[in-house]
Amino acid sequence: MFEISEKLVVSSSPHIRSSDSVQSIMFDVMVALFPAALMAVLLFGYRALLIMVLSVTAAIVVEAIWLRKRDNFLGDGSAAVTGLLLALTLPPTIPWWTAVVGSVSAIIIGKQVFGGIGYNIFNPALVGRAILVVSWGGYMAGDVWALPQPFAFTADVSAVTGATVLAAPQEALAHSLPEIFIGNIGGSLGETSALALLIGGIWLIYRGHIDFRIPGGFIGTVFVLGTIFGGGFYENYLLTGLFHVLAGGVMIGAIFMATDMVTTPVTPQGRIIFGIGCGLITMLIRLWGTYPEGVSFAILLMNAVTPIIDNFTTPRQFGGEVRKSA
Amino acid sequence: MGGVHPEDQKQFTSSLAIEKMPLPEKVVIPMQQHIGAPCELLADVEKIEKGAEIRTGQKLGDNKGFVSAPVHSSISGTVVDIGQHSHPLGVKINAVTIESDGMDQWDDNIKPNPDLDKLSPEDIRKIVREAGIVGLGGATFPAHVKLSPPEDKPIDLVIINGSECEPYLTADHRVMLEKTEEIVFGLKAMIKALGADRGIIGIEDNKPDAIKVMEDAVAGEQNIQVISLHTKYPQGAEKMLIYATTGRVVPAEGALPLEVGVVNHNVGTAVAITQAIRQGKPLVERTLTVTGSGIKEPKNLQVRIGTLVSDVIEYCGGMSESTVKLVVGGPMMGLAQPTPDIPVIKGTSGILALTDEDVHLVESSPCIRCAKCVDSCPVQLLPTTIAQVTEFGDYKKAEQLNALDCFECGCCSYVCPSKIPLTQWIRIAKAEILNRKKQNK
Repeated sequence: MFEISEKLVVSSSPHIRSSDSVQSIMFDVMVALFPAALMAVLLFGYRALLIMVLSVTAAIVVEAIWLRKRDNFLGDGSAAVTGLLLALTLPPTIPWWTAVVGSVSAIIIGKQVFGGIGYNIFNPALVGRAILVVSWGGYMAGDVWALPQPFAFTADVSAVTGATVLAAPQEALAHSLPEIFIGNIGGSLGETSALALLIGGIWLIYRGHIDFRIPGGFIGTVFVLGTIFGGGFYENYLLTGLFHVLAGGVMIGAIFMATDMVTTPVTPQGRIIFGIGCGLITMLIRLWGTYPEGVSFAILLMNAVTPIIDNFTTPRQFGGEVRKSA
Repeated sequence: MGGVHPEDQKQFTSSLAIEKMPLPEKVVIPMQQHIGAPCELLADVEKIEKGAEIRTGQKLGDNKGFVSAPVHSSISGTVVDIGQHSHPLGVKINAVTIESDGMDQWDDNIKPNPDLDKLSPEDIRKIVREAGIVGLGGATFPAHVKLSPPEDKPIDLVIINGSECEPYLTADHRVMLEKTEEIVFGLKAMIKALGADRGIIGIEDNKPDAIKVMEDAVAGEQNIQVISLHTKYPQGAEKMLIYATTGRVVPAEGALPLEVGVVNHNVGTAVAITQAIRQGKPLVERTLTVTGSGIKEPKNLQVRIGTLVSDVIEYCGGMSESTVKLVVGGPMMGLAQPTPDIPVIKGTSGILALTDEDVHLVESSPCIRCAKCVDSCPVQLLPTTIAQVTEFGDYKKAEQLNALDCFECGCCSYVCPSKIPLTQWIRIAKAEILNRKKQNK
């Protein structure tokens, strides 16, 4: 019985660990994105599927090549998440190769040059998207967007177009708010269906991977500013606020992009500030900037100040006096 | 706030009655089983030397210091060795090895004390000190010290900790079910010793049967209340328990519960105090849980202090080949042992043989800043940030981040999806900060 002692591992407590791993978290995020991905296919047909598959595959392949010398070069699933998130922010009419370029840029410039997962400063998917916006702005956004053709999988989505509701708010009146909530409007693949995104968000909260602070701060700020400054093109100002929440990329941004773990604050107070900051910058760009939509740049800007936010929001320890100057 | 919900793994032993382990063939009694000054061997006065005949309950070592507790023999027999012996703390400590005569003859000086009504607070403290009673939850702080608050800090409340929030352990649960009355008596003695007004018994709500019997036992008591607590680790940590039962917040930076008028004791300690008063019995045995996937027959055992862990494991059917970790204490805060050749000491609340199934030994990967550690920290620290600055050797920053307020509950390491040993990094930070403070003095 004593011989066995040579095999005993002696290490510091605790001796048990939760079953959560980076991989399991990424799997949960993929599950959470499934409703939005499904809606993208239902609304925009086979092109949506093609763009998503290309983007995810490109991300996994380029990360595997980058990490080829490591044992786990297939990674932890984070590349797949980045690829899918990027795809969901692309317009359905985009040429297929732009999805690949965006995805490769997201992994290399957004993540690996910083040292890989955990070390990147900016949300990789949004870095990929920003590169596409700057390089091929014409494909990425325009005044005219393809409208969904639900359940018409083989139809050419670019055939039916309409002005983006954010660029021309009066267009919004052509769509009822329930229609916008379900996602039957023009927009990027995965951003149009608030319903699908909410289902994913509830799943992530249930699994304990995100909390209400960032999405709540983000969506709340957009709602308040949209209500006050949104122009009131609905008969009720509150409906205008709601329109700003449901239209464009606020829902996907607040639930999936602004909650990216690596690039957002770790302190509870910092997460609220981060969410509010995202909402504020989004609305500044939307209402007074030159772009009709500002969600991705708002999040990227807030990513940049995350270390500062963390530094100034160190929580008071249990039973602690007024915070010491750090 | 904070806390984690590990799988409790109590199902192996929670319904097993406490079993008395037969007398061991030998015991090893270390001179230090408590926080404070180590005992000195009573070589002159009591003639404790090799070959000496010893009775059960006979004092073997003591220290005149206030923060200390004497140690007693837990069996009768002959001293066969005095010298360094491995200890659950991972060091070698002076210990007396006694070979049993199998008779368990008790020391003649052990006799019942008068009724509690006739004892003064000072009498109670003296009985508790002489019995060598320390905190049996695992902290092993001498109990009489906690019953002697400074005059300017009046105590109004005694909290008995029946939360047993560590996974796997069920000894306190069984003690509450089987020694209910002794817990209540012990609590009354503590209230009297401290001049307190009332007592609370805090129990996690995953032990409804214990809550029920304790409630029935205190039904007639005006000033004793049973409080059901949410099941959440580390609910039984001193400061968390006080907050959960009373809403009082013990100040940070090393303040003691007496700052908010509270003294905490474990249920096992209450029973030991009762037995010291009623039977005059020193602390020579305790209840512990032997469990984990590596133990063939998990049990709750009443064991003589000084029994070797290897003998206890053997009594429980042995340890399986697949055991990777032997832990003394609970899985969250207990100490991993390189060998079972160590004695059960006063603070040994459990013996766990953990297999791969239980421990998941995996390499750590980079922090993904998920903040699960931040959300789990019961004292609201930023574990990942402290670990990071410690890794870079910035101990000044670690101190500013209140690393010293960490009580090493292990929640942060437990929840970390990247499996970073955060608690260990913070321990390193604490040790180095204290080290530097000492040098600057």
